[in-house]
Amino acid sequence: MSLDRDQVRKIAHLARLEISEAESSAYAESLSRILGLIEQMNAVDTTGVEPMAHPNDAGLRLRADAVSEADQRERFQAVAPATEAGLYLVPKVIE
Amino acid sequence: MEWESVIGLEIHAQLSTRSKAFSGAATRYGAEPNTQACAVDIALPGVLPVFNEQAARMAVKFGLAIGAQINHRSVFARKNYFYPDLPKGYQISQYEIPVVAKGSLTIELDGHERLIGITRAHLEEDAGKSLHEDFHGMTGIDLNRAGTPLLEIVSEPDLRSAKEAVAYMKKLHQLVVYLGICDGNMQEGSFRCDANVSVRRKGDPKFGTRAEIKNVNSFRFVEKAIEFEIERQIDLIESGKSVVQETRLYDADKDQTRSMRSKEEAMDYRYFPDPDLPPLVVDEAFVREVQATLPELPDARRARFMSQYGLNRYDAGVLTSSREMAEYYETAVRESKGDPKIVANWIAVELSGYLNLDNKDIAESPVSAKMIAGLVQRIADNTISGKIAKEVLEAMWAGEGDADAVIAKKGLKQITDTGAIEKAIDEVIAKNTAQLEQYRAGKEALFGFFVGQVMKATRGKANPQQVNELLKKKLAG
Repeated sequence: MSLDRDQVRKIAHLARLEISEAESSAYAESLSRILGLIEQMNAVDTTGVEPMAHPNDAGLRLRADAVSEADQRERFQAVAPATEAGLYLVPKVIE
Repeated sequence: MEWESVIGLEIHAQLSTRSKAFSGAATRYGAEPNTQACAVDIALPGVLPVFNEQAARMAVKFGLAIGAQINHRSVFARKNYFYPDLPKGYQISQYEIPVVAKGSLTIELDGHERLIGITRAHLEEDAGKSLHEDFHGMTGIDLNRAGTPLLEIVSEPDLRSAKEAVAYMKKLHQLVVYLGICDGNMQEGSFRCDANVSVRRKGDPKFGTRAEIKNVNSFRFVEKAIEFEIERQIDLIESGKSVVQETRLYDADKDQTRSMRSKEEAMDYRYFPDPDLPPLVVDEAFVREVQATLPELPDARRARFMSQYGLNRYDAGVLTSSREMAEYYETAVRESKGDPKIVANWIAVELSGYLNLDNKDIAESPVSAKMIAGLVQRIADNTISGKIAKEVLEAMWAGEGDADAVIAKKGLKQITDTGAIEKAIDEVIAKNTAQLEQYRAGKEALFGFFVGQVMKATRGKANPQQVNELLKKKLAG
């Protein structure tokens, strides 16, 4: 399986990455090579092998359900570009 | 042409933890904007998520309650999309391996029971809130809700009508509240529903194209939205057009659904396992521990109320509608040592009447289980009649004290002294000689008249059985 430039452009858009025409060709090529490697791995018979979601065997560490974070709104909002009435302001979004 | 609708629901239940899913910020509803959004919730660089054990416990509790298989290793993934109320640029959610696998729930509609499959339930975090009112042409963002733990419960497409969908939703609502894992507050968005709706010709094994109705937050609106959507799809097909797979919004004011986005422009979420989070491991010991905290579930309790206390299905249903109600009833039965059916009647009918009237929950009832027990005892020991007891309950509801206090204050104690009742009867007979003659001449229907007069003379306090007996003798002459 290989990716063409249109697909690369679409993926870049989904990830909000800006890439040039020249870059899209280069990425199409290198990403296709990665897919090739995955195809190779896909061909291996993995019957009976437990799927691995994470490289180390450890399970998720859990924390007790307690409120440990105090309100730091003022400090956080001091570095925000725009705030009002405790809200962060962003360019208008309409669904 | 006969049509059949096929409905599946996705329900988001907000887990009632004190802190967020992946941070130690508070989850309290209604706080000042952004005062409960910490560095993790607003996604400052360098922060790492640490999962809330209580959220895992609650998810497992739900899984056990619906008889589902619990996955011993479940995986958190990133669901990627860009929206300002999602500061990380992805939502942490379980995708390929959810914590709760296939289970089921029995619903009841018009006396028929049906088993509805639950495909899965997975843990995820909520997003923040966007406020689109005009802030000088900008949008306001409140991230207090960002990171609040949710359990998304996905049903199989097993529901066949809007009414069934609502019955399922209500049953699920009752269950999560019973389990104490969700406060069930729909106005505050703690329990929200997306509905997948399609129609097909009856008998057709294939499903039709479905539309998804997003974020409906009341039982009534779910029913109306689904009904509208079914009609809309049937009209489309019958007029030769076809249903488009899309997301629709329900507009309660217009009572209709409208297109939000079609699947072509739908987002491609590019899920992948979150590298910050190793698998959630739930071992046998953990499951056993949670199992031990499971309360008696609503269906089991209802069945027990029917067999143990001899209640009918309806009363048993009312009395197990919530855990508080069921506990209230059992406390009242214990305290009164009286007939469980009579106790049931005073709670399921009389007290419930007041609760509905004032739109109160049993937990907010000014009349406690002990007070109901006291009332039932005074009926059982003949201190008051059932009729007077209603008057006593009214006073108790108004906060005038327990049954004994009300009876003493209002002088409602039943008259059981034979001499006093006879005296009242004699007076009534003396005043109504004409009716007495008619009665003795065979107009026996007048018996009720005399009972009424005696009760009136004693202000309703005479013991009714004694009045009947004594009156019969005296009228016979």
